[in-house]
This record gives sequence, C-alpha cells and structure tokens, in this order.
Amino acid sequence: MSVSARQRTIATGTLQAGGLRGFLSNRKAEAVLVPTGALLAAFVLFSVFLLFLGKSPVEFFQLVWRAGFGTQFSWENTLSRTAPLLLAALCVAIPSRLGLIVIGGEGAIVLGGVAAGAFAIFATGLPGALGMVGMALAAMAMGGIWIGLIGYLRHARGVNETISSLLLAYIAIALMNHFIEGPLRDPASLNKPSTAPVDEAYRIGNLPSLDVHWGLAVGILACIVSYILIEKTTFGFAARIVGGNTRAARIQGLPVGRLMVGFCALAGAFAGLAGMIEVAAVHGSANASLAAGYGYTGILIAFLARHNMLAIIPVAILLAGIEASSGLVQRRMDLPDATMLVLQGLVFIIILMSETLIGRFAIFQPKTEAV
Amino acid sequence: MRSDTFTSDDGPIGVETLHMTKRFGDFTALDDVSIHVRPGTFHALLGENGAGKSTLVKCMMGFYRPTAGEMMVSGQQVVIDNPKQAHTHGLGMVYQHFTLVPSLTAAENLVIARQSTSDIIDWRAENERLATFMERMPFSVALDQRVGRLAAGEKQKLELLKQLYLGRRFLILDEPTSVLTPQEADELLGMVRGLVDDTGLTCLMISHKFREITAFADDVSILRAGRHVGGGAVADLSTDKMAALMIGEKTLAGSADRQNLDGEIVLAVRGAEADDRSGIKTIAIDTLDVRAGEIVGIAGVSGNGQMELMEMLTGQRPLHGGDIHVNGERFAATRQQAHDLKVRFIPEEPLQNACAGRMSVRENLAFRNFDAGSGSIWLDGRAMTREAAQLVRDFNVKTASLNAPIASLSGGNVQRAVLARELSETIGLLVVANPCFGLDFSAVADIRARIVDARNAGTAVLLISEDLDEILELSDRVLVMSDGRIAYESSAATVDLDSVSRHMAGHA
Repeated sequence: MSVSARQRTIATGTLQAGGLRGFLSNRKAEAVLVPTGALLAAFVLFSVFLLFLGKSPVEFFQLVWRAGFGTQFSWENTLSRTAPLLLAALCVAIPSRLGLIVIGGEGAIVLGGVAAGAFAIFATGLPGALGMVGMALAAMAMGGIWIGLIGYLRHARGVNETISSLLLAYIAIALMNHFIEGPLRDPASLNKPSTAPVDEAYRIGNLPSLDVHWGLAVGILACIVSYILIEKTTFGFAARIVGGNTRAARIQGLPVGRLMVGFCALAGAFAGLAGMIEVAAVHGSANASLAAGYGYTGILIAFLARHNMLAIIPVAILLAGIEASSGLVQRRMDLPDATMLVLQGLVFIIILMSETLIGRFAIFQPKTEAV
Repeated sequence: MRSDTFTSDDGPIGVETLHMTKRFGDFTALDDVSIHVRPGTFHALLGENGAGKSTLVKCMMGFYRPTAGEMMVSGQQVVIDNPKQAHTHGLGMVYQHFTLVPSLTAAENLVIARQSTSDIIDWRAENERLATFMERMPFSVALDQRVGRLAAGEKQKLELLKQLYLGRRFLILDEPTSVLTPQEADELLGMVRGLVDDTGLTCLMISHKFREITAFADDVSILRAGRHVGGGAVADLSTDKMAALMIGEKTLAGSADRQNLDGEIVLAVRGAEADDRSGIKTIAIDTLDVRAGEIVGIAGVSGNGQMELMEMLTGQRPLHGGDIHVNGERFAATRQQAHDLKVRFIPEEPLQNACAGRMSVRENLAFRNFDAGSGSIWLDGRAMTREAAQLVRDFNVKTASLNAPIASLSGGNVQRAVLARELSETIGLLVVANPCFGLDFSAVADIRARIVDARNAGTAVLLISEDLDEILELSDRVLVMSDGRIAYESSAATVDLDSVSRHMAGHA
C-alpha cells in the first residue's frame, strides 16, 4: 500500500516536468530502463563477488573498459567479436517473437561453418564474390534447415523447442567434429583438425581503414532487416500475432505452422551465416574453434535486448567488449578462468528476474483518464 | 490430532440456508434463498447456467461471504468464513474437475490430503488406517494404481473416497458427472445413493440432468435467476414441472424486426463428424443450415459439443466425415477463404481466444484486416491507427489509449473491441459463442444489439450460447445440442419451452 502511494507521488511529482513524465509513461522507456537497471544490479552483485575474492571491483571495471573499449585496438577487437554475436542473438530473438524459446543457435553456427568450409573445398576457382556468396548461401541453408526443423517439430509433433534446440546443438557439434576430423579433414592440419584452408579469394576482408572485418556490417544489416521484417511487414505482424496468442492466430486463419517453420528457418539462416563469417573472415577454415559459445552468449544478448532486433546491436557490442577484455582482466587480476562466466550468469539470472517487473511500475503505465 | 479423519459415528448432518443473499456490486447473484437439505438425504440443486447454484454452494463452503442470510448445520447456526471452517463442520466438496495428483497413487493421494500428516509418513500405519477405512466403504478403488492411469469414473470415485476419508459427512457435488460417460455416471451416483442409505452421508448435488435427479435424488431445490423458485420431494414432481420451474416464464422477443425470411443458405453443414475433447465421444452434426438474415441459436448445457462444433467450423478440429459449405463452396477455414466469403468468428472468452493480451488495442483491432486490401507486404501503420481510432469510436470501446495492451481493458470493452474488429464491413457469416458471458448488463444489451444489427443487414448468424434467455431473445430459429448432436429444432415463433428444456437436460 505504501509502495503504491509512493509511486503515485512520483507520478504526480513528475507531472510538471512534462517531458520526463511523457518519456516515463510509455512502454518503450520501460523496455529500456528495466533491463538497464537489471544490468546495473548484476554488476553490483558481481562486485560483491569480487570483494569476496579479495579483488577490487573498481580495478575490474576499469580494466574491462580499457581492454574492451579504451583504445582503437580494443574497439576493433570488440567489434570483430560483435559480428557473430549479432547473428547468434537474432537466432534467439526472431523465434521468440513467435513465442518460441530457441537456445540452440550454437548448432546452426557450427554446421553453417562446416557447410561454408565444405563449399569452399568443392567449389574452387570461382570469382571471389561468387565464392563468398556461395559459402554464405550454403551456410544459411544448413542453419535454416537445422532451426527450421526445430520449428517443424514443435508445430507438427509438439516437441518442446527449447529442449530440442539445445540437444540438437550437441548433435550439431558432434557432426562438426565428425566432418572436420573425418571426410573433410585437411591432412595438413595436424594438431588442430580443420578443413582445407579457404581460397584466399573467398576470404572476407576488412572494412575500409579499420581492422574489423565486413562481418560486422553484415550483422548490423541483418538486425536492421529483421527489425523491418518483424515490425513493418505483414509477415512480421502475423508472426507477432502467433507469439501473442496462438489460438487467436488460428481462429484468424493464419498459417501458424508455416510461420513457425519459416521464421525459425530464417533465424537459423542468420546463425549459419555467423558460422560462415567465422570461417571466411577469422579462422580461414572450419574447425573446432567454431564452437566458441557464441550461440550461448547470443541467448543472453537477445534477452537483454528484450528481443528487439535493433537493441541487439548495442547490447551485442557491450557483451563483445566484456568478452574481449576477459583474457586481459583475468590475467592482470589473477582471477579464475570462469570469472567472466560468473558475470554472464549473474546478468542472465537478473535479466530473467527483471522480466517479471515489466508492467509492475505505475509510472510507466499510461494514465487511464488520459483519453 | 486425528480430528480431521474418518469419524462417522455421530449421525447424519443436515444443512439449511436461511434467506441467503449474495450481491456482487449491483448484481444480485443470490436473492433470499432458503433451502433445507435434510440429514441423510440425497438432495439435488437444479438450475440453468447463471441461476446462482455455484454462488450458493460457494457461500455454504466459505469461498464467498454471503451479503445476508444465515446457515444452520444440524440445527445450529454457524458462520463459515473459509473452506477450512466448513471442513471442521464436516462439509466437503467434490468439484467438476479433478483435484488429484496424477503422478501419485490413489493411496498417496488420500494420505497427503490429510491436514495432520506428519513430516515423516509412517506408511505401514497409514496403510493399515486406509485398509480399515476401505473395509467400511461399499465400493473400492485400486489404491496402488497411479491416478493418472485411472479412468474418469474411477477418479471421480476416488475424489468421493477422499472426502469420506477426511471425515466429511455432508458432501457438495458440483456436476460430478459432467466428465463421465452415462454408464460411469450411473455407477457413481448409485454409489452416492448407497453411501447416503448405508453410512449416513448427506449429499447436495448440482445437476442439469433430470434423468439423474429422478433416478437418484430424494429432494430437489430449483433456482432461477438467483431465486429459489420451487422444489420438494422428487417423487412429487414431474420432469415437465421441474423443467418449467427451471426455465420460468420467458418472453419471446426479437422476431418482430426480422428483415428477410427466406434468405439464401449461407452455412450448410452435412453429416460432419469429429471427436469431442475427451476423445471418447463423437460429435455428429447431420444437418445444420443458416440462411442469410437469420440468427440460428444453438442452446445446450455446457459440454454437450458446442465448443467442438465451433472448432469444427474454425478448422481447428479435423472432421472424420461430412463437410461444411459456405455459399456453396467447401469451407476449409483458411484465412483467404474466410476473407473472400466474409466469414467471421467470435469465440467465447475473447481475451483468451481472440486477442493477444500484451499487444496493443490498435494491433488487436488490425488482426483481421492487416493483410487484406492491396496485398502489400508492408504494414500500413497509419491506416491501422486510423481504423483503430474509428472502430474504438464506433463501438464505444473504453481504453486509456490505442497503445494500451488490450489485457488492461475490462471484459466488456475487450468484447466490444473484438466485435468492432469482426463486425465492421459487410459480413456473410458470423459464428459467435457465448458473446455475453461474464459481462455487465449495459455491455450485454449493447453487444446483443450489434448482433441483431448484423442480422438485419443480411448476415447469417450462428449463435452458440449456454444462456437460454440469450438464445430465445435473439434467435429466429432455436436448436438444442445434446450429447454431441442436434436434438431439437424449432422456429422461434413456435418454440416449445418444455421440449427445449427437456432436450437440454438430455431427457428427450
């Protein structure tokens, strides 16, 4: 009771400051402020964890800043890591708009990488651009089939998409290992089984005057395209109706199954593309480095961004920066290797908890007497 | 410590309500109801949906506080504030739906229901107690079976046993047979009858089914519109008399302003068959025609296949046979077909079935039309806003803003919004289920007027409703659905209420 009274005072208190109140009283502000608050709360809790280890939180955050965002080099490092994270986050955010929680983007990434590597082996001698497009299409088709299958199983057989996507990710990693250690292995790769190096002509280069590969631009473009698709087209609207209430969508005669499979396939295609970019821009061949956990960080990014395709971009950069700094931070402060995982885990738990707060703060609600 | 368990040595108990009244705001759900359930009898409580039966038993069990009136248990006045207090007086309730834990065995379910179970369960002692208890029961249930594997009839028996095991001696049964087959129902009620005769149990059963009442009950009390309108010994009352009391004097209205008597047939259902929800019965609609400019009302007690019929029409329940035609075209309920043939569906409980609660009013109003028209892939946000504003104005939807989530609206306004979406532009066929369920009077009048307007504009309307008053007020033709079939048909002008009520009660 006293809480609601206080919230009412806040609401009337900000009445004079028309702009601020106008900003607060809408759901967009809520969608930004609640996850930001959750992120800060997670940082505070993590600071407690550091103090418990006898380390200085201030030093930690300074180091993260320096290694992730402080210099041109660290920015370039961060942005290079951002590309696969953007695409991996889309693989979570797009299905979530249809009410599906898909957490197995990792599977589509590694298989996309293998498909791209295989394309580069078998289709040699093409002009560079064509080769790249071929690799991308092969990777996207592979990832699309993989996640599309999850959407199909959910629609046709009622298989829980969260579980099936996670388990299929393990199968995908096993398949990748089979191919790069077996049929597709380059005999020259001794210590680290890999496919044959991708033709230099097929390698993705850097953005003009930056040490950041073109994958970043592709990832940002994918986010913008997804945003437009979901928010501005009739297909996206139909998908959001399915996510809002499947029963209502069925009674409206919407093709629920086709929408589920289609959008899952698109999500998988983006994840597959992430694998292709890793192969063509970073590793130069498909190998076990593809399973670097981008798919799992993507889950965190998508939830932090509240499944908003554009919000994914800044959130992915932030998380990429934290990841980029992890090596330096852990070495300098003599922290255990899992420290960054602790931070990610804390952020994720608090973000999930903060979801329950959406709609609970009176100041964000439109005033009933307004119309 | 053992006070909550089986003790039936003190004779049977009787319960009386005296001038029980319950108001919800302006709405009087229960109006000065006095009923007397004599000790050691099987008493039936009969009435239509919304007559106040559930409200009455909820007041008796302490789920609701009555606005006025008193309650007597075994001749002593008691005040019951919550179900726990009702239990201490020996009152228990068996619900329409099961309250057992499916993954536990029957025995485990009985034991965990006891309040005084200690933290560590002494299974040997418990099993001995159960065995002693079962010896005194006139029927048995396989106690070591997991409940999930029991048939519906067995589960309902176990619910009954559970109440007895907990020492309840006055049982309220809320439509206990609605989930059972007729054979299972007879078996269950036969057992209740036996318990009443042999062990001094007293029973109050809510029912719609005259057959069950005449076969098993001693006394009946009949409620209509919140009032006690009659009753007495079942032996002294004919089915027709009970039906007449339950239905009351209805004024037949609505057919005066009919526009079009012999419109074209719009909806034609022929020999359509499908499974019902339980999968054990079949819904079979031999012939159902709805013509342009008429309202065909399907009456029936809840759970007789009306919702399955709705699902068959909306393409969500596969047909085993027969077909559905709209304007002579085989209707498969695709979006394109619904759009071309101007078919509109308004399912019951609009927030659960016709809206996405977290999406805005503006978006919800666009569900039907967002991809119509130009066939463009782009969502026209400005047109959506314009149309939503227009619909909200035309249909008096009260909302804080067009961008408010539709779940924040009151029930009446959600239904107005759904009507606004589905009743705009010309309509060929409108199928609507329980459109006024749970709404206040002003919204009801408004919504019914909209449906009549659509009919007057030449729409073929199929109205499925559990509210017989609504059917009689709006329909040009009245059908009764019973046990998955259309059991009765009559024009509104010549409708015979006795036949309607007897068919509704499955007692043709």
